Amino acid sequence: MRLARDFRGTLIVAALAVLFTLIAPVTLEFFTIITLTQVIGLAILGLSLALIWGFGGILCFGQTAFFGLGAYAYAIAATNIGGSTGAILIAVLVAAAFAAILGYFVFYGRVSDVYLAVITLTVSLILYSLIRRTSGPEYKIGDALLGGFNGTGAPPLNIPGDASAMLFPEHIFYVAMAALILVYILCGRVVTTHFGRVCVAIRENETRAELLAYDTRLYKLGIFTLGAAIAGLGGVFFAVGISRVTPDVFGLGQSALTIIWVIVGGRGTLIGPILATFALYYLTAALGTQQLLNTNLILGIILVIFVLAVPRGVIPTLTGWAATRRQRRALRARERRLRLRRPRGGEVAGEAE
Amino acid sequence: MRRGEVVLETRNLSMAFGGVRAVDRVDFTLWDGELRCLIGPNGAGKSTFFKCLTGQLRPTEGDVVIRDVHVAGREPHEIAALGVGIKTQVPNVFDGLSAEENIWIAARRWHGAERARTLTRETIERLQLGEVRTRIVGTLAHGQRQWVELGMVVAADPWLVLLDEPAAGMTHEETGRTAELIREINRSAAMIVVEHDMQFIRMISRTVTLFHEGRILMEDSMDAISADPVAREIYLGHRA
Ligand SMILES: Nc1ncnc2c1ncn2[C@@H]1O[C@H](COP(=O)(O)OP(=O)(O)OP(=O)(O)O)[C@@H](O)[C@H]1O
Ligand SMILES: [Mg+2]
Repeated sequence: MRLARDFRGTLIVAALAVLFTLIAPVTLEFFTIITLTQVIGLAILGLSLALIWGFGGILCFGQTAFFGLGAYAYAIAATNIGGSTGAILIAVLVAAAFAAILGYFVFYGRVSDVYLAVITLTVSLILYSLIRRTSGPEYKIGDALLGGFNGTGAPPLNIPGDASAMLFPEHIFYVAMAALILVYILCGRVVTTHFGRVCVAIRENETRAELLAYDTRLYKLGIFTLGAAIAGLGGVFFAVGISRVTPDVFGLGQSALTIIWVIVGGRGTLIGPILATFALYYLTAALGTQQLLNTNLILGIILVIFVLAVPRGVIPTLTGWAATRRQRRALRARERRLRLRRPRGGEVAGEAE
Repeated sequence: MRRGEVVLETRNLSMAFGGVRAVDRVDFTLWDGELRCLIGPNGAGKSTFFKCLTGQLRPTEGDVVIRDVHVAGREPHEIAALGVGIKTQVPNVFDGLSAEENIWIAARRWHGAERARTLTRETIERLQLGEVRTRIVGTLAHGQRQWVELGMVVAADPWLVLLDEPAAGMTHEETGRTAELIREINRSAAMIVVEHDMQFIRMISRTVTLFHEGRILMEDSMDAISADPVAREIYLGHRA
């Protein structure tokens, strides 16, 4: 079956990403490397939605809820523990546990797809307004002030076991890239497993999956929780990248952007939304430096263009083209072979056409 | 003539949509090894009856017993997990996946990776789907999609098989092959098949159950039913 080849593709892309990781600090400016860590965090968020929407068929409008929870959980845990390694683990677990509870009610309550989108969006907006109201010294978890709309400080990463050995931005970049690559490989692997194929099958036709004796609720809960854990990890690197967490991680704008990354990059691919995250981030940054055109207007136009002209997203459209061209070439080659085998008369007739 | 034990039984089974009783107090019995055809005019309640058996609908009243397990109100996957293979009237396939993957998903539910792969290959051969093995099912012709769905049912190797209009929209030749396949499946499974095509029913069935307005009107051989004036009036007559 095709699956083995699919995973080989994943490994090739991962190898290219490793190459980029090694070259980047040499060729890019120091400042770019620093900002890259937060973009990698966002790319992990995009990857998480690529997994649960693109493969699991679960349109989660509030993937930022788990992203934001991961970011806050990391900041709070790292401040209290005084080290980053355990805090990362806690952040991922908090996001996953929250998703498991929310997902249990949504999937086992057989909430329809549209309501799932609405519920997840509402949840992230509730978190947004709750956390905004936490200004003041009384809102503390351990040593960490929540800080309301100003947010709270996120400690940098340190070498595991030695809280005083802080990593330099360049090293944090390596760690973030390693996380992105590993999670990407993990997702690429998961979608080729039995579990992953069943999730894709459920996306295609949930009734059929049930009639084949699969408990679809369990599978959806599984991939939803995995996606949330990944989004939580993305939140960690985002927080580390900007050394702060503000309520904006839960904001409507961030939710919408995440959906846009997946639409532009393409559903059903993992690398597409990751690349779209980087591309749109730097496009937004470039647009932000000029006054002529409104950034959101441009992003809106891009989204409309993609929905209308490239509805499958960039990567699926490109691979689709490549496949069609391969097929045509194979067809032409076969025709040529046939024509060569034919006697002379046939060739003349062929030319007359 | 009846052999073995009862494998499926409904008692007083009813399904009401608002005021309409689509299935109305049905007592039905299927014996081991049997191949039963369900016929009846459009809207008689055949598909609704099926959906009550498969868990897609929760009956408003009554009970469904499959091999001593009370299943009324259970989830579809729990009922399927008893070893029940189901084909719905509206084809339910994984449209975005290849024919091979469709069947593999069915086989893999019950078997390890190695065995599932072999079983998938065998099923594709058995249903003569070799030509479309790697094609995306959504792009296949209607008859072939029906077969992919039958392939999924077969690959899971069920002991009870429920097929709702398996030959609908098939060509004459395809219908013949489907009848053959059904007889083959019946060697290892009890079956209920909903059909409209009289010729098809004569090819496969001994006992036929005639549904009318949610109730069982008659249960007899096809010949006896076609000879009955009342049955002719409500069903055969109106199809000429
Ligand atoms: N979900 C539903 N809601 C309301 N009414 C329904 C529903 N499903 C079926 N019905 C009604 O129940 C009755 C039985 O329908 P059903 O589909 O079971 O008939 P059928 O015997 O399978 O017909 P056909 O031969 O056309 O497939 C019809 O009157 C139909 O309109
Ligand atoms: Mg019907």
